[in-house]
Amino acid sequence: MSLKAFHIVFVLSTILLCFGFGAWAIHDRLQGGGVVEFVLGLLALAGGLAMMVYFKAVLKKLRDISTF
Amino acid sequence: MHAHAASMTIPHTVTPRPDTGLYNARLGIWLFLASEVMLFGALFSSYILLRVGASEWPQRQLSIPLGTLNTLVLILSSISVVMAWLALKHKEFGRFKLWQGATVLLALLFLTVKAFEYHDKFTHYYVQTRDGRSWTGHLEGKPFNLTLARLQAGATPPTEIVFHPDAAGHGRTGGKTDHAEALRLPVSELVKLEAFGPWRNTFYAIYFVLTGLHALHVIGGILVLGYFWGPGSRMWFREPERFTNRIEVAGLYWHFVELVWIFLFPTLYLL
Repeated sequence: MSLKAFHIVFVLSTILLCFGFGAWAIHDRLQGGGVVEFVLGLLALAGGLAMMVYFKAVLKKLRDISTF
Repeated sequence: MHAHAASMTIPHTVTPRPDTGLYNARLGIWLFLASEVMLFGALFSSYILLRVGASEWPQRQLSIPLGTLNTLVLILSSISVVMAWLALKHKEFGRFKLWQGATVLLALLFLTVKAFEYHDKFTHYYVQTRDGRSWTGHLEGKPFNLTLARLQAGATPPTEIVFHPDAAGHGRTGGKTDHAEALRLPVSELVKLEAFGPWRNTFYAIYFVLTGLHALHVIGGILVLGYFWGPGSRMWFREPERFTNRIEVAGLYWHFVELVWIFLFPTLYLL
């Protein structure tokens, strides 16, 4: 597996982590959890969306890179 | 003989081997990473078995804001390591230096945050008195990794300690206060005084082993990435394609280190 392919795996894993963290933070807040964790969770959701935009951009950037 | 050795070149440092379709270094790094998967896989499996088998498991022991910050730092460093490689693919050595330098700085920032987290644990204490009462909290002056034996072994051992117990709900951030009212405890009444090191319980043993091993990998990454940013980068002027491949291999390793953290963060900090 090339760095190009591994980076795609990494970006997808990061998106999953961000949305997972966001879901956890919302659930935690509903159970009476702290505000800081909730805010961090919301930021993680925003980060997940940002990573999706990055994913699209990096796919375009990596398209012409040959790694045999 | 010597002339022959000098003229020899190692095959497949740039071009792929026809049988594997990989150049040497990429094959080598994946063999290495396979062994790493087995190492971390064994530790994660141990964690799962210990947690599933435990009657109770401590939760919210770690700082989520610091863990989140470190996650962000590693994500950014994985992006910058790819940008460094892409810069070389586009023959932009100056941009490579910039991105590679950023990766090393982000890795150093990760270790600094981790050191703060570790320091916090080694200045956080569990105290138990003869009458069976116990607290967790901080000692006055926040001494590092003090034990009852060390406290009593001093030239002039103190007769009492000033202890700031954690407030109820400690571990959840955003509370009004971190500590309840300070307690003055006679040293003669203490039966246990220990910091939250790996000896504290199974959770802390796992936390320090997993994050410590991960931190060692980050240190290894800093050495390799730093070398290619500094003296190792001279290879670019002699063998640019081979150097680009070296950066790709270092990037693969760094992505693995990041991927391990993506598992560690939710496992240890959130769940």
